[in-house]
Amino acid sequence: MSTINYSEKIPNNVNLGEDRTLQRALEGWQPNFINWWDDVGPEGSTNHEVYLRTAVSVDPQGWAQFGHVKMRDYRWGIFLNPGDANREIHFGDHKGEKAWQDVPGEHRANLRRIIVTQGDTEPASVEQQRHLGLTAPSMYDLRNLFQINVEEGRHLWAMVYLLHKHFGRDGREEAEALLQRTSGDVDNPRILGAFNEKTPDWLAFFMFTYFTDRDGKFQLSALAESAFDPLARTTKFMLTEEAHHMFVGESGVSRVLARTAQVMNELKTDDPAKVRAAGAIDLGTVQRYLNFHYSVTIDLFGADQSSNAAIFYSSGLKGRYEESKRTDDHILKGQTYKVLEVKDGQLLEKDVPMLNALNEVLRDDFIKDSMAGVGRWNKVLEKAGIPTRLSVPHKAFNRQIGALAGIKMSPDGRVVNEVEWAAKRDEWLPSAEDFAFVASLMGRVVEPGKFAGWIAPPVMGINRQPIDFEYVRFN
Amino acid sequence: MDTTTLIDNGILKQHLIDPEICIRCNTCEATCPVGAITHDDNNYVVRADVCNGCMACISPCPTGSIDNWRTMPVARAYTIEEQLTWEALPPELAPDVLAAEGAAPSAMDTALASSAPAAPVEPGTQAFRSAQYGATVPPWSAAHPYTNLFPPKSPTTATVVGNFNCTEAGFESETHHVVLDFGSMPFPVLEGQSIGIVPPGTDVLGKAHHARQYSIASPRNGERPGYNNLALTVKRVTTDHDGNAVRGVASNYVCDLKVGDKVQVVGPFGSSFLMPNHPRSHIVMICTGTGSAPMRAMTEWRRRLRSSGKFEGGKLLLFFGARTQQELPYFGPLQSLPKDFIDINLAFSRTAGQPRRYVQDLMRERAADLAALLRDGNTHFYVCGLKSMEEGVVMALRDIARDSGLEWEQVGAVLQREGRLHLETY
Repeated sequence: MSTINYSEKIPNNVNLGEDRTLQRALEGWQPNFINWWDDVGPEGSTNHEVYLRTAVSVDPQGWAQFGHVKMRDYRWGIFLNPGDANREIHFGDHKGEKAWQDVPGEHRANLRRIIVTQGDTEPASVEQQRHLGLTAPSMYDLRNLFQINVEEGRHLWAMVYLLHKHFGRDGREEAEALLQRTSGDVDNPRILGAFNEKTPDWLAFFMFTYFTDRDGKFQLSALAESAFDPLARTTKFMLTEEAHHMFVGESGVSRVLARTAQVMNELKTDDPAKVRAAGAIDLGTVQRYLNFHYSVTIDLFGADQSSNAAIFYSSGLKGRYEESKRTDDHILKGQTYKVLEVKDGQLLEKDVPMLNALNEVLRDDFIKDSMAGVGRWNKVLEKAGIPTRLSVPHKAFNRQIGALAGIKMSPDGRVVNEVEWAAKRDEWLPSAEDFAFVASLMGRVVEPGKFAGWIAPPVMGINRQPIDFEYVRFN
Repeated sequence: MDTTTLIDNGILKQHLIDPEICIRCNTCEATCPVGAITHDDNNYVVRADVCNGCMACISPCPTGSIDNWRTMPVARAYTIEEQLTWEALPPELAPDVLAAEGAAPSAMDTALASSAPAAPVEPGTQAFRSAQYGATVPPWSAAHPYTNLFPPKSPTTATVVGNFNCTEAGFESETHHVVLDFGSMPFPVLEGQSIGIVPPGTDVLGKAHHARQYSIASPRNGERPGYNNLALTVKRVTTDHDGNAVRGVASNYVCDLKVGDKVQVVGPFGSSFLMPNHPRSHIVMICTGTGSAPMRAMTEWRRRLRSSGKFEGGKLLLFFGARTQQELPYFGPLQSLPKDFIDINLAFSRTAGQPRRYVQDLMRERAADLAALLRDGNTHFYVCGLKSMEEGVVMALRDIARDSGLEWEQVGAVLQREGRLHLETY
């Protein structure tokens, strides 16, 4: 049985060294975690020394320590944002009461479910990305991928800590199960659909980290409001790391666009075939990838009407994004919110009780945030003098969950019939040919300072290092 | 600490976020300890009247967009309303515009400084380990340092833009004031940090020389304010510890550098020997030899901030030892600092016809003032110089504490725990 030096190996601010029960629980779980990492973590990377950011404490000096580390030796720590002993619940039926330090019996099952669902996404994305290291467009990008991988691993630790610390035997079993499910496994898949999709290439990876990790931002932000204080503080700290993931996605797509625009300007063409022939990704393909990842991700917010969402909110388990900045009564009884439905081939808005529409509220916050970033991508094109603009598809496009599931809808918001959908599908979503083309560009470039031809170099290096810094050492 | 730490002569070093690089992830807003950062649907922005330049937001930012600064007349600082509309950062104001606001950058001047050999230690009567009182944490109000931006494996290059002997010419002992410019390479430093210089060539075994570390003698905004440069105080080493003739590899290389020469630099290093930023903090500086470099840096930073009027309550006390006045670098500039700004105590150990005096002798003479400062939680002590001085200095502090009725073990432990006694000797 492996033993862990708690002060050295697992930086933490949860007094791990003195919590015997928790130590025993983690001693059982940790070797299985390492096995999981070896089995389905980043492929072929065991000996790489990666320039990683490691958190050793939650203060600004401590949480961004940089150095070359083998990923397997990464110090996956357990961190809670500093607590406030007087923190009060600030929404729902318990508003004004003191935040909970322990799990109230009546909310135990729901809290466990929330934590397990969040926790399940973390190893899932590592699994989805495990082959990408073999096709990295640069050493800089390879490092970013690995940074995301280890932080997803740490987020798994964060959720496992909560399960072990607060949920007894059930928690330990759930923590084990997080290592047993596998993304895309037909027999034992990950809980949420988007986390069973493939991330086959780097454009998909950038879209995933832009959109799907942004889902993470909004889910974590909502959990950071929780009346269950350890969950609130854990997720708050996770948000600081999630930011880097979104950065990788946003800057990754920006760099793809910058390179495409450069090729279009050099060749004076907007013909996708010519752009592709020159080794860049045509804007149509980028838009189709965007359509796919956006629509799959907004499904992650759940059904547009959900009694669970109402229960989670009213009981104080999960708030809204930026709950404390909102000026309503934070109880939301008797209020309404507009959701979409399709009736007689027409898209309609209807008012539903706000509490039941909280998934939709969070989804709409996400949409606003996503669109702002797409606007920043368009600036890249605008600056390069390219007239094409990217846009997010209609909210009802390609949905699999909620009232809009199965509705055939064009990206611009028209209800279409099966025939039109079948005819246009490959214009709206990536086709097999698109995937094959993007895959054909995915050759590995790992010489310091060199970049694959389909992507521009970044504006600046990580932690102010030069762009040709040796971000990954291959031993 | 407040935003006035960013103001010098009516000029604000305004902290801004580059909207073209920022991805609006909210990390900076979540991190900022003073609530200076806010956002709308368009931009993340910094409130100029709240930001204190603590840099807590800098390293958590995943994009680097947060580390942007503009020199602005305080009255014309960009408001958050303005910043919220930006699509790109505005350019730096032209020097003539700044000058028109009465804010020409002050010329490089001032100085503090040091001399050469150290004062021998006054023999103690009992075993006393001074090192155990040295703090490993910075003062609570210190700015956040960058460290190791250029580790030994990947040095950066600096250009020599100044090199002069800052001790009296014609004496055997020679100390140089060397100014290095980093051009556009990032090399942010704080007073009390050090850098490493890598001498060219190889040692007798044919291995590349390792870097030699030198304390920075200039303040955080540059030897010349607003330029990406820094100063070092380097003594030419001509003898070894036993007095045998030897040419120090790095010190002679540095002292002989010409303007325009390129130097390989690593660092910056150091995250605890940092000065307090809050306006009522007192700084007691005790140094010998080139150990005065960080003291010069701190004094000069305080001098530049002084015009804001916010440091009136914070005392500066300097105890500075050298063999002779001629060997005291920057002796002239040191004399010209106003008496109400810094309380200077010089100890010369080899002045002909005078008894040998060491820094700890002067400290004992000033026991009444130091005892009062020891009782004040705003006081910070910095000791830098040759190793042999450290014990005598800390022992003097202990005696002064005891003689004034304080329990040294208690006081010393508090000073150490609160990052208020810093020892850097070599």
